[in-house]
Amino acid sequence: MELAGVPVRRIGERIVEGIDPTLLVLILTISMLGLAALYSASIDTPSRVMAQVMNLCVALAAMWLVAQVPPQTMMRFAIPAYVVGVAFLVAVALFGDVANGARRWLHVGVTRFQPSEMMKLALPLMLAWYFHKHETTLRLHNFFIASLLLIVPLGLIARQPDLGTAALVGAAGFYVIFFAGLSWKVLGTLFGLGLAALPIGWGFLHGYQRKRVLTLLDPTTDPLGAGYHIIQSTIAVGSGGLWGKGWLNGTQAHLEFIPERHTDFIFAVFSEEFGLIGNTVLLILYFLLIGRGLYIAANAATVFARLLAGAISLMFFTYAFVNMGMVSGILPVVGVPLPFLSYGGTALLTLFIGAGVLMSVHRYRKLVQT
Amino acid sequence: MRGIDIRNSEQEVYQFRMRIGIAGAAVLIAFGLLAVRFLYLQVWQHDVYQAKAEDNRISIVPVTPNRGLIVDRNGVVIARNYSGYTLEIFPRRVRNLERLIDELAELVEIQPRDRVRFRKLLQETRNAESLPIRNRLSDEEVARFVVNRYRFEGVELRARLFRQYPFGDVGSHVLGYLGRVTTQDQQYFEEEGTSANYRGTDFIGKSGVEASYEAELHGTTGFEQVEIDAGGRGIRTLSRTPALPGNDVTLTLDMRLQQVAEIAIGDRRGALVAIDPSDGGILALVSKPGFDPNLFVDGIDPQYWAELNTNIDKPLNNRAISGMYPPGSTFKPFMALAALEMGKRTPRSAISDPGFFDFGGRRFRDDKKGGHGVVDLYKSIVESCDTYYYQLANDMGIEAIAHSLAPFGFGARTGIDLAGEQVGVLPSPEWKLKRFKRPDMQKWYPGETISIGIGQGYNSYTPIQLAQAMSVLVNGGTVYKPRLLTRINNTRTGDLREVAPEVIRKIKLKRDNVEFIKRSMVGVIKEGTGGRAFNGATYAAGGKTGTAQVIAIKQNEKYEEAKVAERHRDHSLFIAFAPVDSPRIALAIIVENGGFGARAAAPVARTVLDYFMLGKVPAGMDQPTPEDASIDEEEEGD
Repeated sequence: MELAGVPVRRIGERIVEGIDPTLLVLILTISMLGLAALYSASIDTPSRVMAQVMNLCVALAAMWLVAQVPPQTMMRFAIPAYVVGVAFLVAVALFGDVANGARRWLHVGVTRFQPSEMMKLALPLMLAWYFHKHETTLRLHNFFIASLLLIVPLGLIARQPDLGTAALVGAAGFYVIFFAGLSWKVLGTLFGLGLAALPIGWGFLHGYQRKRVLTLLDPTTDPLGAGYHIIQSTIAVGSGGLWGKGWLNGTQAHLEFIPERHTDFIFAVFSEEFGLIGNTVLLILYFLLIGRGLYIAANAATVFARLLAGAISLMFFTYAFVNMGMVSGILPVVGVPLPFLSYGGTALLTLFIGAGVLMSVHRYRKLVQT
Repeated sequence: MRGIDIRNSEQEVYQFRMRIGIAGAAVLIAFGLLAVRFLYLQVWQHDVYQAKAEDNRISIVPVTPNRGLIVDRNGVVIARNYSGYTLEIFPRRVRNLERLIDELAELVEIQPRDRVRFRKLLQETRNAESLPIRNRLSDEEVARFVVNRYRFEGVELRARLFRQYPFGDVGSHVLGYLGRVTTQDQQYFEEEGTSANYRGTDFIGKSGVEASYEAELHGTTGFEQVEIDAGGRGIRTLSRTPALPGNDVTLTLDMRLQQVAEIAIGDRRGALVAIDPSDGGILALVSKPGFDPNLFVDGIDPQYWAELNTNIDKPLNNRAISGMYPPGSTFKPFMALAALEMGKRTPRSAISDPGFFDFGGRRFRDDKKGGHGVVDLYKSIVESCDTYYYQLANDMGIEAIAHSLAPFGFGARTGIDLAGEQVGVLPSPEWKLKRFKRPDMQKWYPGETISIGIGQGYNSYTPIQLAQAMSVLVNGGTVYKPRLLTRINNTRTGDLREVAPEVIRKIKLKRDNVEFIKRSMVGVIKEGTGGRAFNGATYAAGGKTGTAQVIAIKQNEKYEEAKVAERHRDHSLFIAFAPVDSPRIALAIIVENGGFGARAAAPVARTVLDYFMLGKVPAGMDQPTPEDASIDEEEEGD
């Protein structure tokens, strides 16, 4: 069979070329679980499931596209992406839209987007590039400069304020620095300083952010306000039990006790309906996904590739851990989606592009030594 | 150089893989932590959260019972229920209350007073689920809201039964009023163990019969197990225990008589109590001015409430049981009876009245200059001769007066089934000892006894005590506890509980003496001080006028100067009974600042007795049907 002179088989091969089946299967499995949970969470708005399917298709396409780009080419985008990202963040700070008391959105033409989202990938890209560039002459001051590169966008995001995204971006940047080999001594010192700075940082937090932290410590102090999310999601998880209440049978979800149940709190729905068994399966899937990412990083060809791959893998971890920790009541409520499960096109796109990067790194693992 | 680089690179790769390994381990630990958390929540604490989820899901919704009806002795309904729609706001589900109310105001009429009331409720009742913004919506308003319902999250239309008093302000002090359940009420329910039965009940009786028989009228609250969503909206009913309606309460009151009495008193301040001497049943109990209990049923407008409370005439005070007045000459028949019983006087004993009585260097004057001439006991009552009673009081002494009159109920609560009854004062040396602190004030001076004889001095009784005493006198000495309740009717089971008359005590009185006093009182309206008011009466009745001096202004009220004079005028009193043989009604009337008893109070008695004896309806009462008939009535459903 041929299509426009090219055999169909060749086209097929071309399409699957560069796609890591392990990653793909894991991601698609998680996404399917996500669709099931989303269907249950938005039983009253079935169109949302279709919208998420569309989001998935777009994200898959983006992943495929990115997977075709060799890491060397990606390096070229590091500086522009970073500069544009920071510029957007500055623009947001100056003319962004305010929603729920935070300035996060930027209008571009007819659409609007959150530049902070883009920074989740742009920052590790930039840092990986930077360390790659100074591969041979890495000194402590390089780490210092890298930290500056990290702190500038981080500060801009934290000031919006968007603590969830800031934490994610900060973590992504930190992972790069960590993998680049910042000495344990310095790490230890920084950790110590960080602990010491906690009380100071407390002073910089907004009222509602402090409240979230305090509520985590004792949700019952404000059962109808800030504590409501935690209390209700914890009840959902706990009442799920070992086997769960069964798909579409979650009372917490269906009687609308869980707020934001199709986005940040979708795990509560999942957990209520699929129980400990479902949670364990999900944890294993995530672990396999992250493990595969770390494996790819360990075998990457260049400093850039392995730093980027390592950071992206751990970014998946951060998303998953923070979200599940928040829903089950051991972390404060921050706006972090559950990777591949939460409804929302932007986050999905970021995640799939990340996966695409991993695939690309894996595909070009043997093109060593330029 | 290159070799070093490569080695360096290898070392770097090794170091990197080390850190990848560490990262992997960290991920494993973190996920392990999550797994432990899940295990804790979903297995270890599963029961707890399972229960919480059920609590969330299932709401016990109280089903408010229909309040029992109140009917008079003839079966005339004087308090009933009708169903109406109220618009209620769930404050917790609403972000911007003011804006929401503004938007609602475009569909239904919301007056400033509704807003004020809503705000007040919001402050007072912190834990209320929903609060009414508008009551008694018109059909049109209901329709307009229903069409736009989707726009109003946190607003619901509820069908509710409202209390309605078809006679308006007639009998307001007997019926009382309903008020919102307050925090104190809730505490009381807790103590009584009835709080479950009051879940979902917004209003309870605050005064009058509505309060006295709250327990009978309320009924038993039913419960529905409803599956609800987070917004509190019911999804489906899981089980249902129906509410049991409250019992209907039949009063001894004759509502028509009550109406007549209120018309007779008119706009004046005053009180009237009419008792059936044969069983102590209250036939009419008037306190003027009154209030319209209908204005209380859906949460009283704060402005009207303030008006009632600051009004100089104290419309919320039930003068009939809590107003205390010197009885004036209405006291004389009781003095006379006591004198006969004690043997201090006989019907024949007469005095020559010079128009005054000198005692201890003080001259006590009679109303009539020059005196009444030769006065026997009969004439002393008919003409209301003061001098006769100055002497009599002096002869009897304060101890004997107090001792003889206490059994009639003077200076003691009658025990009527209404809250707020006052004790009054039957003066005696013991009373004075208790009442005053200063030793020189505590002593009883013989001079103080003199004016006690004509119902002045420390004498102070409630109208119901006077009516009670009248009733006891004419029935020959049986003291019944005055009561409003005669029957409790369980509409569900058909059970009737009759309330038997309660005899407190029997006073041993000589029949002849009683008949003599009654005859004297008949003389009062035939040829005496009550003659003019009862001119042409075709029935046999007895009465006694009374005029009570308003010595000092009792309450700490600010008086407008123009009113001071009017309020210093004497109170006008009248006690009466009819018919003479086996009386069926005994009554006491006071018209505040009405002047002579014969002038203001006696005509009221005439009007009331004309209706009672002859069925003669006074002018101004041509419409026998209750007012407010325009409201669609829906008697209780089940």
